[in-house]
Amino acid sequence: MTVKATRSRREPLSNSTLLMLVAIGFFVLLYILSLLFLGAGFKRPSRVFDILNDNAYLIIIGCGLSIVMITGSIDISVGGIVGLIAMFGALFLRDELLPIPGMAPGLRIAMLVVISVAIGLAFGALHGALVAYLDIQPFIVTLAGMFLARGMTTMLSGENKQLLTGSPVLEILSKRIDIPWLGYDEVNKIRHTVTHVPAHFEFVIIAALLTVVAVAILLHKSKLGRNFYAVGGNRQSALMLGVNVRRTRFLAHLISGLLAGIAGFVYLWHNKSGNIGGASAAEMQAIASSIIGGTLLTGGVGNVVGTLFGVLILALIKPIVTDASALKGFEWLSKAWWQQIFNGAVLCFFIVLQSVVLRFRSTLRVRKSEREETVSG
Amino acid sequence: MENGIVLTMRGISISFPGVKALDRVDFTLRQGEIHALMGENGAGKSTLIKVLTGVYARDEGTIELDGVPGTVTIHSPQEAQKLGISTVYQEITLCPNLTVAENLYIGRQKGVSVPWKKMNRDAAALLDSLGIPARPRQMLSSCSLAVQQMVAIARAVDTQCKVLILDEPTSSLDEKEVEMLFKLMRDLKARGVGIIFVTHFLEQVYEVSDRITVLRNGQLVGEYETASLPQVELVSKMMGKELEGLSQVSASQDEEAEQAEVLYQAEGLSSSESKPFDFRIHKGEVNGFTGLLGSGRSECVRAIFAADRVTGGKVIMDGKVVRITKPIKAMKNGIGYLPEDRKRDGIIADLSVRENIILALQVMKGFFRPFSRKAAEAFADEYIKALDIKTASSDTPVGSLSGGNQQKVILARWLLTHPKYLILDEPTRGIDIGTKTEIQRLVLDLSREEGMSITFISSEIEEMLRTCSRLIVMRDRHIVGELKGSQLTQDQVMYTIAGGGNERAD
Amino acid sequence: MQTKKGKGAAFLRRHAQLLIPLIPLVILIVFNLILNPAFLEIRINEAGSLSGYPISIFNNATELVIIVLGMTLVTAVSGGQDISVGALAAIGGAAFYRVLKMGNMESAGTVLLAVLAALGITMLFGAFNGTLVSVFRIQPMIATLILFSCGRSIAYWIAVDPNATFESKLVSNLAVNLPGIPIPTPILICAVVGLLFFLMMKFTNLGLYAQAVGINQSASNLNGINATRMKLLAFVILGACCAVAGFIRTSRLQLISYEKQLLDIEMDAILAVAIGGNSLGGGKFSLVSSVLGAYTFQTLTTTLDVLKIKSTDIRAYKAMVIILLVVLASAPVKKLISRLWARLRSREARGAAPGAGAGTPEKGVQ
Repeated sequence: MTVKATRSRREPLSNSTLLMLVAIGFFVLLYILSLLFLGAGFKRPSRVFDILNDNAYLIIIGCGLSIVMITGSIDISVGGIVGLIAMFGALFLRDELLPIPGMAPGLRIAMLVVISVAIGLAFGALHGALVAYLDIQPFIVTLAGMFLARGMTTMLSGENKQLLTGSPVLEILSKRIDIPWLGYDEVNKIRHTVTHVPAHFEFVIIAALLTVVAVAILLHKSKLGRNFYAVGGNRQSALMLGVNVRRTRFLAHLISGLLAGIAGFVYLWHNKSGNIGGASAAEMQAIASSIIGGTLLTGGVGNVVGTLFGVLILALIKPIVTDASALKGFEWLSKAWWQQIFNGAVLCFFIVLQSVVLRFRSTLRVRKSEREETVSG
Repeated sequence: MENGIVLTMRGISISFPGVKALDRVDFTLRQGEIHALMGENGAGKSTLIKVLTGVYARDEGTIELDGVPGTVTIHSPQEAQKLGISTVYQEITLCPNLTVAENLYIGRQKGVSVPWKKMNRDAAALLDSLGIPARPRQMLSSCSLAVQQMVAIARAVDTQCKVLILDEPTSSLDEKEVEMLFKLMRDLKARGVGIIFVTHFLEQVYEVSDRITVLRNGQLVGEYETASLPQVELVSKMMGKELEGLSQVSASQDEEAEQAEVLYQAEGLSSSESKPFDFRIHKGEVNGFTGLLGSGRSECVRAIFAADRVTGGKVIMDGKVVRITKPIKAMKNGIGYLPEDRKRDGIIADLSVRENIILALQVMKGFFRPFSRKAAEAFADEYIKALDIKTASSDTPVGSLSGGNQQKVILARWLLTHPKYLILDEPTRGIDIGTKTEIQRLVLDLSREEGMSITFISSEIEEMLRTCSRLIVMRDRHIVGELKGSQLTQDQVMYTIAGGGNERAD
Repeated sequence: MQTKKGKGAAFLRRHAQLLIPLIPLVILIVFNLILNPAFLEIRINEAGSLSGYPISIFNNATELVIIVLGMTLVTAVSGGQDISVGALAAIGGAAFYRVLKMGNMESAGTVLLAVLAALGITMLFGAFNGTLVSVFRIQPMIATLILFSCGRSIAYWIAVDPNATFESKLVSNLAVNLPGIPIPTPILICAVVGLLFFLMMKFTNLGLYAQAVGINQSASNLNGINATRMKLLAFVILGACCAVAGFIRTSRLQLISYEKQLLDIEMDAILAVAIGGNSLGGGKFSLVSSVLGAYTFQTLTTTLDVLKIKSTDIRAYKAMVIILLVVLASAPVKKLISRLWARLRSREARGAAPGAGAGTPEKGVQ
């Protein structure tokens, strides 16, 4: 072993990158197969936009969960927080909560954004304080947080669903960019007709992608981001290396809460309604997405680009199953349960794959070093 | 302060409940020297290090550091680092999931963002200057243990340290890796860093160190120039026996045991942790593996019990070939094993003394046949009494007992299974002198009166001589000799350990 | 240790864990008694069955208690939790319904077969979870996330109908009262399951092995315990518990809703284990304490009910109680309390004069 020219050599893939590449590859493969076998729906670019529109809030909380999981913690309250903020926001924008007469709708929305962020930060701070400074198990803490958020949601509203219909803000929130040349027309096959449906680009996509970029930069470029990895990799070592472990864990939960707050607003923005049980089990879907994207619950390993693709993989399953059920011989797929079952199967595949890959790689490394030893000796 | 001296510790004492861990110990470190700190288990090496790094507060004594006026008091490892005292532990305290460069600089950078380019450049320069074969952007987990160790040292050195403590850095490295580490140590020495080298490998001490300080039982034995201290003398100082005038241990060893039939025989037995070795024990014999810590003696007995993954070899018990691949099979064949690491492998801390005592017998009896509470209590009470285990009741969690009593509980666990062959790995480590003698007496009684075969491992040579009729001597993971009868003297054992030669080097 | 006092102290020490759920339980009961002195009263109603708050607490807690028994075991041996129990209970209920539908609903044979089918399928899924955890060494929460996310759809698949209802006199008897027996049947079933667990603890080494593996897997291995098998077994047992809980709930409602059946019971069960004073990190456990935790949890629900808090809002209040409990039980707070306590006692010991002075600075802060 000499130092010489090895420096310029490219580093072998880290586990996280490898698992992320598997996820991206899986997504691409899934999409190509869908293009080949499932026909029209997947050929439309608008499908991609639909998937992104529908799952924007999931991408955002997925980013938060990735941070928390990288730090070796967990946050299962985020779905509850999203539901709470969506419900609060629906009532708030209809002037039923904290009405301020004569307030411009735009200002009202801006105020809601601030309140959403504040609610999210409050939950995050509560979780972070209990987990980091009182050493309580994150699972229990955030479970209580979820109960709290869900309970408050039902307290806010007697109705199951609160729509924004008729509210002056609806017009603003409904703004989106229609891209005709990416649209489609089933009937006339040409543009500029009544039956033409353009591709919808909602602004929630920008929010989601901005979050991914911001969190990616945070994780990779900032000291705090690297501290997340250090604490998740080995908490004791991180402490010895001079990392403020408690503050790092607190901030992870705080950021997760913040992103849940933003996701709550995004959820309302896209759905134009808040409902009881809204975004239910979103936390589990976000955890699943993070895992598929190569983030480990044991901590220290993960990245948000993988999480983005994790969300997209799970999001693809619905249209695939729907479109496939239209094929001859696959009518049975139209039953409502298949979608979730495939969801579970994909998740199972990735979880087992991770376990096998990690173990295989570690034994490989041991063997390799043993081999080197025998060669040199 | 005298010229060239970077660290002076004078009259350091520290007590823990029931033990005087350090008793007026002096230690001096000079600039640009490698100073080995030696001693067997419980000698006080790690306590001294912990006083120096601020983990423990000393009861008495003074510490003086070059460039710091007056005596210093160190409250935390962080403070120690600020004063220029850095420590690299045997267990690597770095983050395996970060890159080498990050591990070098995390926790001591200013600002909000990570200056990757600068960091990698600095890391490359640092690694280059120390000749460490690691790349800055490489994941730490993809480095070998030796390189990880060296990265930890590089980090310590980069903080402008004057005193570098290396706590057992070589114990999990192979020869080539040790060489690399030594080269680095010599480089640092040339730069004027004072290095405290804690190890139990004799040859490494002689290869690299300039001076040796020996501790025993919390007391200073002395400070010596390495070049003027023969290896055998070092061993004798560590073990606390003068070479001259050794009282010959009565050779009343039962020669007849040699004539008794062989109970257990292994040929070329190897495990994931040990190299192939041959071994046999006769009925009613007490033999032992001896050698310094880390010589491979524990790994051998672990292979016998299949505590590690058995990779090869043939085992014959009572004249029949048996395949022992799992601990339960060893137990069913009548083997008991008291492990070296009591906390990790022995006690089940939160369970009661009773449950800990009956555990092995219970497992052998079967899942569907639990002992009644009454029977379990009877067993427990019998052995609590027989071994004089000091516990409030048999319901007390074993974790709250003293070390010696925990050891007796595990001993009781195995005696309860009435094994034909009992392996005791360091049964007397870290326990008071009274319990030690009790355990020694028990070992002899068991072999003489019940015909039990026992393999005994201890760091204390005296104890081994008193109990064993045959000693297998190990050094650097190989069996280097076998001593019996008249050869069983301290001198002979020490010569063999120190490599002074025994006719049966393998 | 033979004196009476010594024995009492030893008994207390051995069962100190029971106090963790008992203290809040007693507080809740006292609180209820103040609101309603007849809280603990038990009557026999016109239908000839027992009624009253205690009975309804016991009755309503049945499903939770049964699942908590299994969850405690899984927690102890694996150091993690199973979050798929709600989905497994839905699968069990669906299998029960499906088999019931195929035969004569009023015949005891069909019902028995249906229960067995439910048990079989959930134990199979439990084994699936257990295999992932023990063989593939996946963290329990991640491993069970799979069935958490798709188990309810599997239940739908089995039941076919999203809101499958059925009518059977026999099954409704099983859910309410058997003729001539005043105690609600779920309580009896709960008692039977409890008894089975008691027998399992008494006549096998499950308890000892599970704790040994949970506390120190390395040492357990050196004593010949097969940790893989123990983990698998715990998950299979939990699967069986889920089937029983699912069957009771399905019988009560005469309905299997794959989406709603025992929704979120995993969260309640994990909390009950924690309220019972068991470490969620595995190791030593007490089933009795867990069961008490479940009843405490149910009493809290009932109390909030009595206070006329909407059933949907109850969770927010529960959350606050839980946060309070975990904060009080956390290590730093415990240390703080014991330090304050010690200071208080030393002050008392020093006499009244400094004690009087000690009050003032505290007031001054306020």
